[in-house]
Amino acid sequence: MTLARILRHLLRYSTEFRLGVILLGVVAILAALSFASPYPPLDVYVVAPDVPPSRAHVFGTTSRGQDVFWQLTVAVRNTLLFGIAVAFLSRILSLVIGLISGYKGGWIDRVLMSLNDTFIIIPLFPLLMLFYFVMRDSMTWAMLALIMSFLGWAYDARLIRSVVMSLKRREFTQTGIFSGMTTREILMREHMPHVMPIVFSTTMNNINWSIGLEVTLSVLGFTDNNTPTIGGMIFWANQHSAMVAGVWWWIAFPVAVVVMTFVGLFCLALSMNEYIDPRSRWSRMSGGSA
Amino acid sequence: MSGALIELAHVSKTFTRGGLFAARRIEAVADVSFRVAAERPVILTITGESGSGKTTLARMILKIVEPSAGAIVFCGTDLKSIRDSAARLAFMRQVQPIFQNPFEVFNPLKHLDRYLYITTRRYGGAADMATVEHRSDEALRQVGLSLGEIKRRFPHELSGGQLQRVAIARALLAGPALIVADEPVSMVDASLRMSIANLFRSLRDELRISTIYITHDLTTAYYISDEIIIMQKGKIVERGAARTVLSAPQHPYSRQLKDAVLSPHALSRQPALPHDARSLPRLP
Amino acid sequence: MSAPLAIRSTPIAQETAPRMPVVSVEGLKAYYRTDHFGVKRLVRAVDDVTFEVRRDEIYGLAGESGAGKTTLTKTLTGAVRPPLQIVGGTIAFSFLPGTQGLHCAPPPEVSRVRWRHLSYIMQGSMSVLNPVRRVRSSFEDFAFRHMELSRRGFDAAVRAHLARMQLEPNVLVAYPHELSGGMRQRISIALATICRPELIIADEPTTAVDVIVQKDVLAMIRSSQKEMGSSVLLVTHDMGVHAYLSDRLGIMHAGRLVEEGRSEEILARPRHPYTRHLISSLLRIGDDTPRRGLEGSPPNLADPPPGCRFHPRCPLAMDVCRREVPPFTVHGPDHRVACFAVTPEARP
Repeated sequence: MTLARILRHLLRYSTEFRLGVILLGVVAILAALSFASPYPPLDVYVVAPDVPPSRAHVFGTTSRGQDVFWQLTVAVRNTLLFGIAVAFLSRILSLVIGLISGYKGGWIDRVLMSLNDTFIIIPLFPLLMLFYFVMRDSMTWAMLALIMSFLGWAYDARLIRSVVMSLKRREFTQTGIFSGMTTREILMREHMPHVMPIVFSTTMNNINWSIGLEVTLSVLGFTDNNTPTIGGMIFWANQHSAMVAGVWWWIAFPVAVVVMTFVGLFCLALSMNEYIDPRSRWSRMSGGSA
Repeated sequence: MSGALIELAHVSKTFTRGGLFAARRIEAVADVSFRVAAERPVILTITGESGSGKTTLARMILKIVEPSAGAIVFCGTDLKSIRDSAARLAFMRQVQPIFQNPFEVFNPLKHLDRYLYITTRRYGGAADMATVEHRSDEALRQVGLSLGEIKRRFPHELSGGQLQRVAIARALLAGPALIVADEPVSMVDASLRMSIANLFRSLRDELRISTIYITHDLTTAYYISDEIIIMQKGKIVERGAARTVLSAPQHPYSRQLKDAVLSPHALSRQPALPHDARSLPRLP
Repeated sequence: MSAPLAIRSTPIAQETAPRMPVVSVEGLKAYYRTDHFGVKRLVRAVDDVTFEVRRDEIYGLAGESGAGKTTLTKTLTGAVRPPLQIVGGTIAFSFLPGTQGLHCAPPPEVSRVRWRHLSYIMQGSMSVLNPVRRVRSSFEDFAFRHMELSRRGFDAAVRAHLARMQLEPNVLVAYPHELSGGMRQRISIALATICRPELIIADEPTTAVDVIVQKDVLAMIRSSQKEMGSSVLLVTHDMGVHAYLSDRLGIMHAGRLVEEGRSEEILARPRHPYTRHLISSLLRIGDDTPRRGLEGSPPNLADPPPGCRFHPRCPLAMDVCRREVPPFTVHGPDHRVACFAVTPEARP
């Protein structure tokens, strides 16, 4: 089953997938457009401030003299990159820890899971605020992404571990062992295909989670708000009391875009999950029970 | 070689269930000793009901589970001394398993022929694809299949009987001296069982491979075994030449087992039997 | 509304019209239709099956995995949910006149019939008994509303029934996990027989039970059946069980019935090539003559071979077998076979 065929299948038969693709497609186009922005993204007061949506400025302008549309493209790009980076890094962590812990068992499992549970219990938000206060100016986006990925692996590591534990008991693992496969080969080649569906669905959720956290932190001012991000835009809008001043477009459009992103990712996760689920795969392959 | 192919001396296995305060000990295998001679290949059947310990015994012989007490010696090597992966590989080259559920033996999401190639490579040292495929094909032919039928197929595309035969072919590719088969035909359709049972016979006669055959079905045991061991609640209650023991069992439990066999021939039809005190519930 | 049950000593057989079979299945077709992401499959699990279960008999249904036995029991008990669909045929129960089967009967009728006239002994007795409640709660849940007795009367009736089945009354206060598998299966039988149904469907009743207890369980089924005069549809792949219990035997292969007759006759003189192979491959202690396995693999029910579904593996296959489905022909009293090779008159 090549990727192209899988995508075609999904597009044809799953409404959720189509919806997700459309929504995310729009978001992705916005992000791509950021490279064509006529205004340098970090500059302020380049255009007339507080102009409502019009022909010249499709989404209006902000109180800081920036074009909302072009700001948004850059913001979306940055936010998406951030979310994807965090999700990617934390997937690697949760996979490695989950696989080793589940397969090896024994004291390795106990140590890793104690570590895991500690990370689950830690309240993320106060911790991130603490990091911000301690690190202040040296808290770059890269740093934040790194910190968040170290905090975001814990739930999913446990999930992966339990899947691996049940796979270990299944007889085909023994067949692999007796065929001479090494532990690494068994984990990567035998168990991974069963684990991947979980990794995919948790990736979508993780992206949503990290974007959500980023927006929250930015809105509250706990990140470097000079680089445009969706949360940053909302932050500045609040700083300038946009809603009160009637500059609704400054808040509405970023919020709309972030909601589209969330819903789009969720729809994708939903449809891909159903597709990748081993039971539905088996049913497609063999025609179900008799 | 002289000496035993495999010898078990006072092997026991106790499982503990429950936590720190309420631990319960279950003696799955209690003081079992027997040996399989190396001079000629033999099919030794270990039989008993569920809870008799026969599966645990098989897993200990395969070194999937460690015994709590006693020693298992395979061709002069104590299993406890096998620690590193090289020694483990050398052991697995000699001893291979066949499991009960043919639909679980192979990863349902992967092609079947993969396992044959990996086994050939790891144990045979073969390098190029052509040799590997050729050897796999040979092994498959020995079990009545061919590589053309198996290539790039998934497990769900074959029947239980065919899957077990592929499992046997895979085991053969390691070149073992001993196969430990745990209920290999109980989940296979009746019409396909015979070919697999016959296969074990031919493995013994033509390829000189011994088999330890675990089953609860006495009729299959009669059909293919040379020797038999009957277990009850972890202990051996009777052993000997298969045909002799099964034709005239001595121990009362063996007699019970034999009486319980339902003969498919009309002569065994009986009217309603009164149940006796044995059927009272095991309440605490 | 059925009459209140008192503890009877006369069998129930007098209630239904004499001579009428307890269930009569005609031309039943039940398929599984799946459609996942555009991949459509149609599995012809039961394809044109006709048979009847008479009063006061144990009818055995034999066949391997994939033969359609489980699907058939699902259609009989009305457990027909997508992807399973009944696409043709009728099921006529003697106690449910005027309907084509439980699956299309009105719900009040289904409630009336289930357990009182039609009950079920399942494989894996754990699934019948609620694991977190005592055994007596299962009796209450299943049988109380049918028996129309007071609580005390019902309690007494249950105890009397257990005594008749030679089970200790203290099993009622036990939890299922405290009892052995064989004991639970026997309780399942007591549960299935307490309302004295006309038809009991026993689906692999001893497969999950140890060998030594198996005979007891089967003997119990036999004695309950004899005493109550009900009929049993015994579904199992184990020919030994059929030899021990079944009066008549129907052999299923790939969704179709291929042979049917009295079990002594089928076991001693099987006619259909598939039945012959099945019987000859049965082993016995004391007989180790080599036997041959069957070539090939069971047919794929999503894409079955045309004509007789056994022809790819049949040693007697002829040209007509590849094209046409063999009809049933009578070979003796109560013995019918669907095979061209064995009945020359059937060939077109």
